[in-house]
Amino acid sequence: MMLFKIASRSIFRNTRRSLTTMLTIAIGTAATLIFGAYTTFVFYGIETSTVERLGHLTVYRQGYFDFGSGNPAIWGIAHYETVLQQISSDPVLSSLTVIATPVQSLAGIVESSASDESRTFLGTGFVPADRDLMKHWDEHGTALLRANGTDFDAADSSQGIVGVGLARILGLCAPLKLGNCPKLPTGAPSDKAASADVAALPSQNFSDLVARDTADDPATANKYARIDLLAATAGGAPNVVNLAVRHAEPQGVRELDDAYVGMQLPLAQQLVYGRGEHRVTGIVLQLHRTEDMQQARRRLAEIFASRHLDLEVRDFAELNPFYTQVVNLFGGIFSFIAVIIGVVVLFTVSNAMGMSVVERTDEIGTTRALGVRRSGIRRQFLLEGAMLGFLGATVGVILALAAAYFVNRAGISYVPPAQAEPVPLRLYMFGAPLFIVKVWLTLIVVATLAALLPANRAAKLQIVDALRHV
Amino acid sequence: MSNHVVTLTNVTKTYQVGAEKVRAVRGITLSIPAQRFTMIVGPSGSGKTTLLNLIGCIDAPSSGEVEISGRNVGHLSDSEVSDFRAAKVGFIFQSFSLIPVLSAYENVEYPLLLTGVGARERRRTALAMLEAVGLTAQRHQRPNELSGGQKQRVAIARALVKRPAIVLADEPTANLDSQTGASIIALMRRMQTESSTTFIFASHDDHLISHADEIFTVRDGELIESANA
Repeated sequence: MMLFKIASRSIFRNTRRSLTTMLTIAIGTAATLIFGAYTTFVFYGIETSTVERLGHLTVYRQGYFDFGSGNPAIWGIAHYETVLQQISSDPVLSSLTVIATPVQSLAGIVESSASDESRTFLGTGFVPADRDLMKHWDEHGTALLRANGTDFDAADSSQGIVGVGLARILGLCAPLKLGNCPKLPTGAPSDKAASADVAALPSQNFSDLVARDTADDPATANKYARIDLLAATAGGAPNVVNLAVRHAEPQGVRELDDAYVGMQLPLAQQLVYGRGEHRVTGIVLQLHRTEDMQQARRRLAEIFASRHLDLEVRDFAELNPFYTQVVNLFGGIFSFIAVIIGVVVLFTVSNAMGMSVVERTDEIGTTRALGVRRSGIRRQFLLEGAMLGFLGATVGVILALAAAYFVNRAGISYVPPAQAEPVPLRLYMFGAPLFIVKVWLTLIVVATLAALLPANRAAKLQIVDALRHV
Repeated sequence: MSNHVVTLTNVTKTYQVGAEKVRAVRGITLSIPAQRFTMIVGPSGSGKTTLLNLIGCIDAPSSGEVEISGRNVGHLSDSEVSDFRAAKVGFIFQSFSLIPVLSAYENVEYPLLLTGVGARERRRTALAMLEAVGLTAQRHQRPNELSGGQKQRVAIARALVKRPAIVLADEPTANLDSQTGASIIALMRRMQTESSTTFIFASHDDHLISHADEIFTVRDGELIESANA
């Protein structure tokens, strides 16, 4: 108790110095917390947008991940409904999963007959209701702005979506009523030469195929912009379907945005497998919590091993390397800033405590003469360092929380990494108490450690020399 | 068994001042009986304070042996010597050496904390000691709010409060008026009787010297005279 009394009163003997030291710690704490909160928000934002789109885990046919992207059609999972049923009925997985849904990846050429523009596309076939459900995943409460639901007509399986970039390239801005859509500059290079290659293909057959794949509901044929999708089937034959574009969705990554076509699973299967067995390239699992990912992955591996299924599981970080890159980049920057702040705090506190030891040399001699051990003197100064750290870090936490409160309510929006649209800037602090406690504790520990050297110097003072000190 | 509370045997203390070695105490051998008023006298720079420091175990001899209450302190570790000081020795420094961030009461209470006295007993004893030195009204004041004489009395109360075996005092009455000085000497006398405390003073105060039971005279670091008063 007396130790606390002396420590707490001693740190305010030189008020200006102590306040300066505490302010340094407070600013260091606040800066670390604010940048950490921003970094956490970026991490969670990327994680959320990735998991909304790709789920946590995807089941592929063994080898697809490494070799299948060139020709997804031949890597389809046969009897996928059975696999899906096995996953859905597993008690462990069912408790962890929000949804397990099939997807079909595909690639080919897209053409807009209205604008006579064409280009390659990357497509995904999905179950619209499942996709809409996946878009509600927000474990971390990031409240990211979400794209609209698919809102497809249940009776019309030819309805789909495109990336905003692809819509622009295909000249669909007006029909899709897209804002901020630049016009093609006059005199821009034309791709008619490329179109000529497509035109050289046996168009008569395509026309037949397109005619066969037009909308089920003739009423929609003129209601929505339409595009033709050309792809090779699993057997290698060319196939074409016609897609009614309901709307355009930003895809986050520019390259994907300029090439993305999303369609309903039956249409994708029809394009890829034609009249053959309809398969899927993947089964996506979205979990309630990201931390359950390894448990779910282990369980899937057990199921596949026990049933001798030639399947593999990949997580969203593997499927989206950008996530890991951003996490590593921001993690590195955060660590660098944290180390710099730690060093500044270390030297500031060490300097303040060193001056305190010099000023209180006589007092140290007196307390030692009264019977306080060297360890008691050491404890005294370490406690003072810890108290400076405690007060500074606590003020820093309050400053950071206040900053987060105001920033989160200021309505600032920006385009974060891996997002194509602006989102409200939020400092993810109120939902991360553990992070706050960690930073707070670390700064206190750093301040305490900073006092170690002066404390040792104080403890080693000779009593008579200390008493003689003026 | 000897009733000497302090025994110094051929004690020498040499300080290194720059390139020069200063011999502050030169081969002093003396014994101080328990429960006495012992005075160490001598001119400035004669080695009185160094002798008190050696007896109080806040300094170690360059050679020779120091035995306090039957224990050769040269054989104790630093922590053991600290505990020994906390339990057995009280200091009254010439410059008071009060802890500036503590009130008068807290300064007096501090030595009791170091010896593990319980809170209630601590409070009772500290208040009684402050009353004995006439500072009850000033108990909440910090040293910078006290006069020189009041500081001296707090320092005396702090040294006496734990009823140590030995009290070492460097000019304890230097800042006190004659009436207060007399009352302090009376208090010390009472403790000498009640608590078997041995008082060892370094002083020039004739009034204090007149109360001495034993006087050691030092000059140039050597003991030149030992006399019973």
